[in-house]
Parts: sequence; C-alpha cells; structure tokens
Amino acid sequence: MNVHTLSVLVENRSGVLSRVAGMFSRRGFNIESLAVGTCEVPEMSRITITVHGDDTRIEQVKKQLNKLIDVIKVSDITYHEHVRRELALIKVVANPGSTRAEVMQIADTFRAQIIDVGSKTLILQVVGPPEKIDALEKLLRQYGVKELVRTGTIAVLRGSKTTAGE
Amino acid sequence: MKTGAKILIEGLLRQGVTTIFGYPGGVVLPIYDELYDSPLRHILVRHEQAAAHAADGYARASGKTGVCLATSGPGACNLVTGIATAFMDSIPMVALTGQVPTALLGNDAFQESDITGITMPVTKHSYLVKRTEDIDTVLGEAFHIAGTGRQGPVLIDLPKDVVTNEAPDPVPQKEISLRGYNPTFKGHPRQIEKALSMIAEAERPVIYAGGGVIASDASPELIRFAEMTGIPVTTTLMGIGAIPCDHPLNLGMLGMHGTRYANYAITECDLLITIGARFDDRVTGRVQSFAPNARIIHIDIDPAEIGKSKMVDLPIVGDSRHVLTCMLDRLTGTTDRSLWNEKINHWKVEYPMACPDDGVLRPQLVIKTLSDLLDGEGIIVSEVGQNQMWTAQQFCFKHPRTWITSGGLGTMGYGLPAAMGAHFARPDPPVFDIAGDGSIQMNIQEFGTIVQYDIPVKVVILNNMYLGMVRQWQELFYDRRYSYTELPSVDFVGIAAAYGIDGMRVDSADQVKEALSAAIDTEGPFVLDFRVEREENVFPMVPAGAAINEMIGGEKK
Repeated sequence: MNVHTLSVLVENRSGVLSRVAGMFSRRGFNIESLAVGTCEVPEMSRITITVHGDDTRIEQVKKQLNKLIDVIKVSDITYHEHVRRELALIKVVANPGSTRAEVMQIADTFRAQIIDVGSKTLILQVVGPPEKIDALEKLLRQYGVKELVRTGTIAVLRGSKTTAGE
Repeated sequence: MKTGAKILIEGLLRQGVTTIFGYPGGVVLPIYDELYDSPLRHILVRHEQAAAHAADGYARASGKTGVCLATSGPGACNLVTGIATAFMDSIPMVALTGQVPTALLGNDAFQESDITGITMPVTKHSYLVKRTEDIDTVLGEAFHIAGTGRQGPVLIDLPKDVVTNEAPDPVPQKEISLRGYNPTFKGHPRQIEKALSMIAEAERPVIYAGGGVIASDASPELIRFAEMTGIPVTTTLMGIGAIPCDHPLNLGMLGMHGTRYANYAITECDLLITIGARFDDRVTGRVQSFAPNARIIHIDIDPAEIGKSKMVDLPIVGDSRHVLTCMLDRLTGTTDRSLWNEKINHWKVEYPMACPDDGVLRPQLVIKTLSDLLDGEGIIVSEVGQNQMWTAQQFCFKHPRTWITSGGLGTMGYGLPAAMGAHFARPDPPVFDIAGDGSIQMNIQEFGTIVQYDIPVKVVILNNMYLGMVRQWQELFYDRRYSYTELPSVDFVGIAAAYGIDGMRVDSADQVKEALSAAIDTEGPFVLDFRVEREENVFPMVPAGAAINEMIGGEKK
C-alpha cells in the first residue's frame, strides 16, 4: 500500500469534479485528498489527487480516470522527482499569559505564519508537505485546535518537465 | 436561423438516424412538433423504459447507434434502467431527454430531475446543453463517443428554451476530435507478435470470445483464426453467435450455466486467448481457479479491462477485429492440435448439452423445437432468468447479432421492447422474444406498441408460475423456502386478445411444434403461453463462489 500522487488535467467544465469524485466512490477507491483549480491553460483545470492503494489498484484508478471523456491527461508523479505542498489554516487556543508564547514558538519552528490574533486564539497558516502539517497539528492538539482547514495536496514535477507533456 | 428542435432533428437525420423510440411530454413539445412532419420515424412506446430497451435492441441487431427520447423528470428517470442495461453491455445509444428551461434549472421545477447527475455512473458520457448553438456539435460528439472505442450510451439533456430558441444554421462538422478521448483501435504489433509465438507454443489453447467480437463485427475473422490454428472457441453469453453453434470448434457458452466441456477446457487449457471479454464473475466463478494452468492473452478495446479482475500475461489493447486481422496476416502454417481437440470431443460426447425428451412439456423442448424450425435463422431476444439461460443453451445460433439479451445488468422486462427495436433495425428475419411469466409482466404494456405498429414479434412465454431462476436458487441453496417467488396463473392469451394480438395456450409436449409453426406462419405478432414443467432447473450450474469445473447437473446419463 502506497500513497500515490496523481496530477490530472481536465476540461474546465461544469460537472467534471462530480464525474471524477463519482467514479472514485462508485468503484470504491479512497481519495486521501483532492485539490482542484485553474491551470496554465485557460480552458483546463488541474486536479491533484492523492490516493491509497497497491500498484494494481492505482493502475485501475488511472485507467478509469482516463476513460472519463473530460479527463485529458493523467500523470502519476509518485515515482518522479516532484514537490508536494499543502496549505492549512489552524485556529488554536492561545490565551495571553498562558500558552500563547508556546504556540507562537511552535509556529516559528514550523515556519507557520500567524495571520490572525484574537483575544483567546491565534490562526496559524502553514505550508508544506502534508506530513509537516500532520506533525504541527499533532503538536497543537494539546493547546486546543478549534478549527482546522486544509487545502489538500498539490504537487508539481521538479525541473522543466511538466505533467501537461511538451 | 433555426430553432433548436429543428437543428436537433436535422442533426439526427444527418447522423443517419432513421428511427427513434420515445414518449412525449411537456418540455419536449417543441421537439415533438418538429417530428410531426419530419421524415424521421418515431415509434411511440407505452413506457419510457421500453424506448431505451428498443433503442438498445435496435443497436444490437444493426450495429448502428440506437436513439431514444423522453421528457424531463419521470420520463428521463424511466430511461435509467434501459441506459444502465446498454452501459453494462457496451451498446451504442444516444438518449435524448427534455429538461426544464435553463432559468428554472436547480429550482425543483415541475418535472425537473437532474438526469445528467442521475445517469452519470451508467453513461459513457453526458451533456447538459445550455445554448442552442451547441446542439449540433454536442450531437456530433455524442454519436462519435457512443459508437467508437468501447461503445456505450451517451445522454443529451435539452432544456426547453434551448430547443425553442433559434440559432444560426450549423456548419457541417469536420472530423470530430476530442482531446480527452482517443480510443486505441490498432493493437500493438509487438504484442501481436508475442501473442502469435505464445499461440505457437501452446498445446492446449482455448479462445474465450465475448461481446467485443460481436461489437467489432469480427465473427468471420474469429472463425478463420480458430480454423487456421485449430483452437476451440467458447463464447460468453454476449459472444453467442460469433461462431456457429454447429461449428466443430465451438464449445458453446462457458461459466455459471455453460457447457461442461467449455468449463473443463478452460480449466485444463495451457493458453487462454480472451477476445473482447471481461472475466465477469458469472463467467469465471471463483476467479483464482479460472484457467489455473494457463497463460492468458487478453485482447480488449478498453485498457481498463486489462488486469481488472484477472491478471493476464499478455495484454493487447485494440479492436478485436483489427487485432484478429493482424494475427491472420502473420499466421504461418497451421498447428496440429488433434490430441487436444480429441480430448474436448470426448467431453462433448460424455457431457452433452442435452434436451430432455420424455414427453413432458419442458422449457428446453420449446427452445430446441423453435431452433430446429427456424434452423438458426431469425432474431432471438430474451428476457432474463431461466428463459434466457435455456435459450442460450438450447438455441442453435448461426450468425452474430441474432441473439439479443441483457447480459451484464440482467434486466427483466428487456426482451419485449428490445425485440421491437430489433424488428425496426432488421424487418425481414422473424423476431422472437423468449420470456418467462415473470419478466413478460415487467413490460407487458408494450403489447400496445406492437399492435399500433403491427410489429410481427412472436412472444414465447415459458410459463412456470414462478420467478424461476430465483426459485431455483431457493430450491438449491435455501432449503426450498420459496419466499415470494410464486406467481398466480395469468391468462396471457386473454391479455394478448385484449390488445388485439392472436395467441395460443400450450399445455402438452406434443403441441409444441404445431404451436410454434403457427406462430412462425402468422404475419403479425403472436403470443404463445407454454405451461411448462414448473420446477425445471437450469443445469449445468456452477454454484456461487465455486470453480467453474465444479458443476451441478449435466452429468453423463
């Protein structure tokens, strides 16, 4: 069992996301995370999907994705040099004079930014590979995480190669 | 400038469509108004489900894309079973549905349903057209997608204002190219080369041919390939007709209700050549024990079928006919496989797919007699259940596209409307719907359509007053607890008469031939109600989860 990162180029049309998501649920594939947005070509979108499974299962996921008419290209970048990033916003309890200083110190260690200071809470913005966000979240739990929002992983190949082909 | 409705109907005609099956309603009124004086023939069914099945039967009998039309909401929803049936069996179909005006979309308007959403898992693709000027392009794409690659149904949802509004005359489309859709048609030459050397090395090879052979019209190539290589052929339910039943290399159907000799051959073969088939669970039984001693070649147009259910040694992605043609071109000489074929012929003698002939009115006898009378000619459509399996086992099919049945989805109520569709595709050969008393009642309202258009479909009801296949499972695996599978006697001849269709009830074995001859000789439709042995079972049978050589029934007498 491996986590695979798929970069999927799709037509930027209504219903594409539900076609992709519907295929995953219908065939019993589990999506770890999914992030979608516009890309360098105006009429296309890029979906980054991380999915668990052994190689045969992932092969089937890729083939089923490719069968969708609105899917233009599926790239499994797992075994290629790539960078993965996720952004998270974490609202954490941090009372002045109590734990606030500690939370700020942890944020600093993780190079997370404090983007909102409330009377009892801080909002941390952290960017990194999902494991880093997991680690930060785990550390912050003891102070009380009131809300956690994650974007899902996005990924891109290193160097000049692209998933769009030439 | 033209209305969307006019663009649609002209577009259908340009696609070569001559006949569509449908049912009118509120939001499709503009389309029906356009149909009123159009050369496009519209067949009015009695239920939208029948429109979808008729379009499907039309497609299977002709190889052309079938078209059905329904209104929004309930009309569209009633198509769903028919669309799913076509999807499971990879049948080219374009389903047109009306939709509420774009301004009301998502508003829970009267007769609104999100039909593109509802059908997403059972269509190859779907469109919700939002602009009149897109209709022609969408139609072109839909027919292209439905009829190429692994074929399947495509749905086009048309809001009322989109068909009412006007747009400029569409310019004829050039070749359609979709950047997300490029099905592989040609098999890879190196893979084909490898396949041929595997075939040359094999001592006990078997060809396992499925619906893909029918879909790609590869029957002549398949037969020639089998003859040149001396390799026996077993077909799936969907592949029946690809090789004549009486061909010496034909092993008949394999799988759950297949012949003993086909299942034994699969179990003992050292090379399995899979062509246009998908290792369905009804074929493989316990998949780990399927062809346990064989290397496997898998030829399929859909790359997603490779390795989906069974790991294979050599995949060839491509059109069955194209791949077979390439293989035939490169064949050098023949291989002697008489030892293997002798062994198989021994099984054929030992475990024949016999038809009981003991003076009792058994369902198999009805099918066997019909087969003899028609001499394998005609189009045979079936419902689903025991009637379907007995027909697959006993009817001697000699040509592709003469056996029309719902395989993957197993849709009861499919047969009668599909038979209507088959007739419009090919009006000359006699069309028979083989039914059970359960399934015929699922779309029996289509007697109305048959009468209205004088469709000469002959309905053969194997009436055992049970939901027979379920009863069979209850008998064998649920201690004969017949939970909700018994049906009361129905006077089918009386129902037919009420619609204005001739019919005959048959109670004894000696009347079978005469009754079937009467049906064949009747110009118009005819209904035969055979009161068959009630607790007859379909044998041989592979119990669920068993290996396919672990069969019940069909032993040597």
